Amino acid sequence: MRRTKAAKRTKQIERTERVERAEPAEPAARAEPTARGPRGRIVGVETRYMEERRVALEGLRGIDRRGFLRASAAAAAAAMACGVAPHSFQPVRVAFAGERGRERDGFRFAYISDSHLFEEKLNDRFVRALLRAVDDVNRLDPQPDFVLFGGDLAQLGQPAELRLGAQILRSLRAPVRMMVGEHDWYLDMGELWRDLFGEPTYSFDHKGVHFTVLNSILEEDFWSERGLSPMERMKTVAGLDNNAQRPFTVGVEQREWLRRDLAGLPSTAPVIVFSHSPLYKLYKPWNFWTDDADEVQALLRRFRSVAVIHGHTHQMLTNRIGSIHFHGMLSTAWPWPYAPEGLPEYTVQMSRPDPFNPNDGCGDGQVRVHPDGLVDKIYQLWNRNPITVTGAYLRSARRAGRPPAPNRKAY
Amino acid sequence: MAAAVLALVLSLPLAMAVSVGGAACSDDSTDPAPAPAKQGTTVVLCDGKTKVEIPPGAEKSRAGGQAVADALMSQWRQRHPDADWEAEVRRSHPRIPPPADNADVLAAGGQRDGQTYGRFTAKDVLSWQREIERAVLEGARIFHDSEALGSTIGMSCDMCHPDAANTHPETYPKFQVQLGRVVLLRDMINWCIEHPLRGTAMTANDPRMRALETYIYAQRKGQPLSYGKH
Repeated sequence: MRRTKAAKRTKQIERTERVERAEPAEPAARAEPTARGPRGRIVGVETRYMEERRVALEGLRGIDRRGFLRASAAAAAAAMACGVAPHSFQPVRVAFAGERGRERDGFRFAYISDSHLFEEKLNDRFVRALLRAVDDVNRLDPQPDFVLFGGDLAQLGQPAELRLGAQILRSLRAPVRMMVGEHDWYLDMGELWRDLFGEPTYSFDHKGVHFTVLNSILEEDFWSERGLSPMERMKTVAGLDNNAQRPFTVGVEQREWLRRDLAGLPSTAPVIVFSHSPLYKLYKPWNFWTDDADEVQALLRRFRSVAVIHGHTHQMLTNRIGSIHFHGMLSTAWPWPYAPEGLPEYTVQMSRPDPFNPNDGCGDGQVRVHPDGLVDKIYQLWNRNPITVTGAYLRSARRAGRPPAPNRKAY
Repeated sequence: MAAAVLALVLSLPLAMAVSVGGAACSDDSTDPAPAPAKQGTTVVLCDGKTKVEIPPGAEKSRAGGQAVADALMSQWRQRHPDADWEAEVRRSHPRIPPPADNADVLAAGGQRDGQTYGRFTAKDVLSWQREIERAVLEGARIFHDSEALGSTIGMSCDMCHPDAANTHPETYPKFQVQLGRVVLLRDMINWCIEHPLRGTAMTANDPRMRALETYIYAQRKGQPLSYGKH
């Protein structure tokens, strides 16, 4: 059933993509609406809609806010000329015109994280939550440059869970960058995850920013001595408050890899690190913690601007250590409560979730990257207003741009 | 189950005393009257099932007695592989706040001459502690076990409430507008079991419910009661 739906969804997306790509390279050539559809003089509703939309976009490209009214009037006139009553685009496009303007210097990527999928026949709730996030991101216009998936795709590392997740993420329009979480790893020690998504440690450059993706959920062997089965090991690690496991680490090998990866970069280069666990020490009993965080931070300290985007904590979480800014991601499955101690002073808590609303406190979001590498973190909380934690707030040491305080703090 | 172990250890001398020198504890009651000298002795554990045969004419020594006790114990452990469940739960959840130690009732001045009520021994205090700790550990076990909770979708309490965080038992009873009445902690536990876990509500006297409440209250030790707080 779901497969059919997913297939349909993919088809729809492909169709949309084709439409997007059909936009011409030379805007001047299509300044006037043609009012001719593929079937000659008979113009379908959809064609007219797309025509109207195109005209509105052309009119707005490259203009400032003052020019907007003029362009929108022109678009309205053009639309009227093709016999279509102008509707949704005009007010909506204002905002996007602004966005486009800003994007000339900087870019955005979206994130989805911690979906904790069970097999769909066991638990459809988390599956629907991930589909919702995929829809959210696919609806973004303009599309983000890529989508970061922040780890814990599966709940118990089962092949069916990982494959289901891979299938759902395939319907994202933008390219996906994968990160691994402990729930994906400890059944087969990452074997299937690597088959599906490749190596968990890698780096890439995008529009002048260096991105590094780490596998920060490596634990010392606690299972061999106790003779635990792979499933027992998985279930132990899957328990956030289960202290029969060891703390997360990045490990000597990856730190050495990171050192080499960053070696050629000048200290002015903007660097963004993706890691599943927060790359600092917050609360050890829940593994809101990376045991060798100090060593990793030492490798990043020389850069003027570093942002670490992490999953695992399922909440709005902000920290700054020197020039390193840390941002947590939301989960699509459930929110975690704030740790009882050690909360960074930069964190402005999100309001405590409503237990009667299964999606409250969950969501997805975006990261806006400025040319200097400073990032704004957008928390797209489902059923709440989105909250942006700006790079300026962090850089100004909490003096400027403080995010809104929660109306209900944790008990 | 550890209670059984404890009882077993305490009652071993008794069990042995009863059975030594006769077949009184043998469950083979259809046998004709046995000849003790030829048949040896059957030592039965206090569970009435675990038994060890002592050959006739075996020397009665402390070491021999210990060997019999060890044999019984190892048999019992084989048949009860989960006997160490408390140690397992403790390993996973070592930070549960301890119950009140009640040292004051044993301290000087804690005992009054001429009173029977309130005259406690160290053994009393120990048994209180063991029983309440066992109840808390049982609660911790169920709290983290989707099957024990009866969830049909693989979920358990700890997935949203690690270490029972954000359960705030001290704020109940309170009027819960979504449920349209004044609710107790157990009503909210049942709400979670029925909705996020998609299970079946437990009765108030369900041992699992009692264990869950015990664990949740234990985790909020020291928090002042504040009923009606939202």
